[in-house]
Amino acid sequence: MDFSFEATLPERHFDVAFALAHGQTLAVLGPNGAGKSTLLNLVAGLLAPSAGRATLGDGVLFDVGAGRRVLTEPRRRGVSLLAQEALLFPHLTALENVAFGPRSRGMPRAQAHATATTWLDRVGVAELAQRRPGRLSGGQAQRVAVARALAAEPSLLLLDEPLAALDVTVAPAVRALLRDVLAERTAIVVTHDPLDAFLLADHVLVLDGGRVVEAGPTGDVLTRPVTGFGARLAGLNLVRGRRTPAGFEGSNGLVVPWEGPHLPGDELGLAVRPAAVAVTRAAAGITPNGSRGSAGSWLDDDDDAVSGADGPHPIGASRLTARVDDVEHRGDVVRVHAAGMAADLAPADVVSLGILPGTEVVLVVRPEDVAIYPLPAPGPRDTGPGGAAVGR
Amino acid sequence: MHPDLAGSRADTRRAVRPVNTAALPRWVIAVAAVGALFVVLPLVAMALRVDWPRFVPLVTSESARAALLLSLRTSLSATALCVLFGVPMALVLARTSFRGQRLVRSLVLLPLVLPPVVGGIALLYTFGRRGLLGSSLSMAGIDIAFSTTAVVLSQTFVALPFLVLSLEGALRSVGTRYEAVGATLGAGRWTVLRRITLPLVLPALVSGAVLSFARALGEFGATLTFAGSLQGTTRTLPLEIYLQRETDPDAAVALSLVLVVVAVVVVGVAHRVRPLGSLDPGRGATPGRALTPDSRAQQPASGRAA
Repeated sequence: MDFSFEATLPERHFDVAFALAHGQTLAVLGPNGAGKSTLLNLVAGLLAPSAGRATLGDGVLFDVGAGRRVLTEPRRRGVSLLAQEALLFPHLTALENVAFGPRSRGMPRAQAHATATTWLDRVGVAELAQRRPGRLSGGQAQRVAVARALAAEPSLLLLDEPLAALDVTVAPAVRALLRDVLAERTAIVVTHDPLDAFLLADHVLVLDGGRVVEAGPTGDVLTRPVTGFGARLAGLNLVRGRRTPAGFEGSNGLVVPWEGPHLPGDELGLAVRPAAVAVTRAAAGITPNGSRGSAGSWLDDDDDAVSGADGPHPIGASRLTARVDDVEHRGDVVRVHAAGMAADLAPADVVSLGILPGTEVVLVVRPEDVAIYPLPAPGPRDTGPGGAAVGR
Repeated sequence: MHPDLAGSRADTRRAVRPVNTAALPRWVIAVAAVGALFVVLPLVAMALRVDWPRFVPLVTSESARAALLLSLRTSLSATALCVLFGVPMALVLARTSFRGQRLVRSLVLLPLVLPPVVGGIALLYTFGRRGLLGSSLSMAGIDIAFSTTAVVLSQTFVALPFLVLSLEGALRSVGTRYEAVGATLGAGRWTVLRRITLPLVLPALVSGAVLSFARALGEFGATLTFAGSLQGTTRTLPLEIYLQRETDPDAAVALSLVLVVVAVVVVGVAHRVRPLGSLDPGRGATPGRALTPDSRAQQPASGRAA
């Protein structure tokens, strides 16, 4: 059943529209307060919009506007909500929890219990059927919650950060379960984790400040972000720039050869992973002996291929001299910020190069590591609620 | 267990006992002890005056038995009325919002602070023969004042707020999240109420009902004013005690002890029933955050199964 949604709620600065084709899963990404939960509550019927219309198949979920106010009761929407917390009814066993949906729709008790048993088996916790929620672990409870949501046979399944409350040791298994049950199912997953979006969703909607800032197929949005926010979410550097005869010229001065189509006037974006950005101090004449004058995951590997007059840098790599703005520790890498880009280096390299805030460095980027693509003119995709058509 | 081992464990426990950093000034403890004595001492004094050899005959005399049975009958009826009306009242106060709701709540809870005798007078002018509703009822041949029904109404009047108050608090602290989940699973309002809301607040409902029962059992002022004191019809145990005090103080003391025992049992029950209002909704819902030793033990198993 196709799903279409359009709603505004001025008191929460919420103004979002999108559509979702039958059987597809949409990931909704965005920072806290972006309107993700508002979106889910509007769809589930726990919140009423000031204006808007949403339809699921032939059914109208809500239709509110001048002179009309249709708000279908939550229970008649065919929409199930799986929250961050399992929220299993504490006074019912796992089996009774799962059987709740079928029984609410009038299924006889025995049949509902048989259905529930099937679902508990499907999510891998059949042996816990008689347990009360108080005696389930977090992962077990969330599996039961998945079974309960699906046993209600929703036309649309909503998932609100379904893995966020889970222990890191349990989350992967539940993620795999969700990937399994979401296949071929119309679903909306709110998440802050791009990995969830990649694994679970066909399409991505990025919200910020109650608006859609990016929308499209998961692969596109997460490899070719068009906003700084989308880039941060995808863990990429986004350099804005324009087409020049040589190729791409970034607003920070980065020049990368590019054979792409000539689109005069169009703004271009360049995306590159921080791990693919190398850093050296060669330009300042401090190249140490050998190949330690630079740092980056690929530089050392390529030394043999590129050794020559040009030093340890691969032929054709783009270089940009800049001052380091910030040095940030991130687990087992050090992230160096310069010229609006981030580069992830090994701590030992940062020490041997003597990189500190204010140090002059050269950022090195290989053409094969970047994606260059046109950025849409500031228009519907950036500003409006209207432009986000997903899954069509 | 090896005695040394037990000893060393006890030592360890003593060693890690935290220093009481919130130690109170000694005089606070002294004053608290005086206050506690003030409550306990009269009960002890009364128990000391009980004429034990005559205790059983005293509490099983005809008038005492009649009063006790009447008290139990009327208090149970009043408790039933409190549940019947109090549950919907608590639901409306906790789950809806309307203009003047705070005022309504204050008025509903007024009998908690009202002198019972005032309540009795108010009831008299409502249900009495010349009262607001009583005159019409009287014409229909129904006389409430000075009947057993009047006793039940008096007790309900003073006991109802106890149930409403404890149930409303429980409803608020349980929250509406489970109800929202139930609705998205396709349950209608009645199903949500019957299968989710009420089971969740059942402990609070039980303890509220027990408190209401206790309050009804002890009702004196409103009953005397509105129902009078007719043996077997309106003379409940507290009224009987008050009357016996003049003619047979030993009987009054013995019956008082019976009420004290009932009160102790009631307080015990009300405390035993763990109010689900204080239930951590995260238990089972988010055990990932609050792992019990039990669930932690299961964690590896669930990981493997997954």
